[in-house]
Amino acid sequence: MPKLPKLPAPPLPGPMQNPPPRPGDGNGPMTPLEGAAQAGITVIDWVDERTSLSGAARWMMFRKVPKGTNWFYTLGSATMFAFLNQAVTGVFLAMYYRPDASGGAYESIRYVTNDVFLGQFVRGMHKWGSSVMVILVFLHMGRTFFFGAYKYPRELNWVIGVVLLILTMVMSFTGYLLPFDQRAYWATIVGVNINGTGPLIGPYLSDFLRGGSEFGATTLSRFYAIHMLLIPGALATLIGAHLYLVAKLGTTAPPWQKAQTRAELREAEV
Amino acid sequence: MADKRSKHKSKYTLDRGIPGAFEGETVTRRRFMTASAHTAGAIAASSFALPALAFAFGPIFKSSPHRWETVGPESMFSENNYTPVVITLQPGIGEAGKSTAYIRQFNPSIDTDPYDRGTPYIAISSRCAHLGCPVRWVDAAERFICPCHGGVYDLLGRRVGGPPVRPLDRFYTRVIGEDVQVGPRFSVNSELRRFSPRDPGEPLDGIGQYLYPSRPGAQKL
Repeated sequence: MPKLPKLPAPPLPGPMQNPPPRPGDGNGPMTPLEGAAQAGITVIDWVDERTSLSGAARWMMFRKVPKGTNWFYTLGSATMFAFLNQAVTGVFLAMYYRPDASGGAYESIRYVTNDVFLGQFVRGMHKWGSSVMVILVFLHMGRTFFFGAYKYPRELNWVIGVVLLILTMVMSFTGYLLPFDQRAYWATIVGVNINGTGPLIGPYLSDFLRGGSEFGATTLSRFYAIHMLLIPGALATLIGAHLYLVAKLGTTAPPWQKAQTRAELREAEV
Repeated sequence: MADKRSKHKSKYTLDRGIPGAFEGETVTRRRFMTASAHTAGAIAASSFALPALAFAFGPIFKSSPHRWETVGPESMFSENNYTPVVITLQPGIGEAGKSTAYIRQFNPSIDTDPYDRGTPYIAISSRCAHLGCPVRWVDAAERFICPCHGGVYDLLGRRVGGPPVRPLDRFYTRVIGEDVQVGPRFSVNSELRRFSPRDPGEPLDGIGQYLYPSRPGAQKL
């Protein structure tokens, strides 16, 4: 395995390269703004001296990107932003939601929508945000595929991405039941029965999802626990792994970008 | 270095040339220590993981007891038309546990299939055999029609159109005094032969009954 050339350390952008002027160095007394900036710098320095996090932050943020990087490359970050939106709005919805199959679930959602200040807005952000996230996930997957960014050495990243896609779908499926209105209930019945049509293990899959052979008291709680705890934990972990691999391996140039090889390596045209 | 790949490797560490070995030792102290630490860790992890797994998978194997539910007096039901009644499939969760059954008196001139014997009343489930949507008995067409994907069933609940894969499920019925009671559910194949209840979408003809086995949680009939 030939030794690959080591890239230089990630550079700092221009304004950050020189040490900032210290207050009181002949610039006059410290202005309040300078004072506030100094206070912030002191706090960050205190943390950085004990964690070395600034090195990691610089590694993550000031990466080199290839020539030709365009707006398509923002789809991954957009998906993560949609996920963060879902997580935050989901946490606030969880403060009001009651996973009670005998009517409490529907009532809690009605309360959030009608009686809570900005409840309809937060619920709407969560509901539409899920559609936005699914669309962005597919666009991001398409971009990665058509740009060939799944090839060596990024195959593991692609596999993690597919697992993330499946987890996103499971989130949509489990979250759909939670309002517990007619549409949610019957869509879940149909969805779980579709699982049952798989030969041999299908019936057992349906039973596992439903928590029994009939839609029962534990089904809603099950879906809620999967939606709130199990999958978000897995999603957060895998997104972390996905981002780490992206930073470590770097991004690829778009397929229309020709590599600029060194003159002495090119074969002579005859 | 001693030949580590010899076919008859001695079980004594002294013979295997491991440093620090003493006479008669088969397992080194390091291996013993490592193995015990791993075992203790495995026991500790299983002590919370196994109950949690059993908790998650337990409901698959739990079966609820057979319940009989009174749905009305005998006078409420006729011989050649269906009367819908509301039954409770799962007690304790309010409306979500209720379903509709269509009840008709057993009519020897209509119910002629050789397997179709024994129940005094025919109780047909409204659960469509395609994917579980509630079907509706339409009197004018004398058919059960499913609104979701267009499944159509005839008077006996047999599929005559659309995507369903088997006839509608039925319930056992009995008469106690004046009242008609509805009992456990069972599934039928296209010849109206009875099977343990299956989920919608699972065919029962031919190889179907083996390909889609009855699950532990559903009552065996």
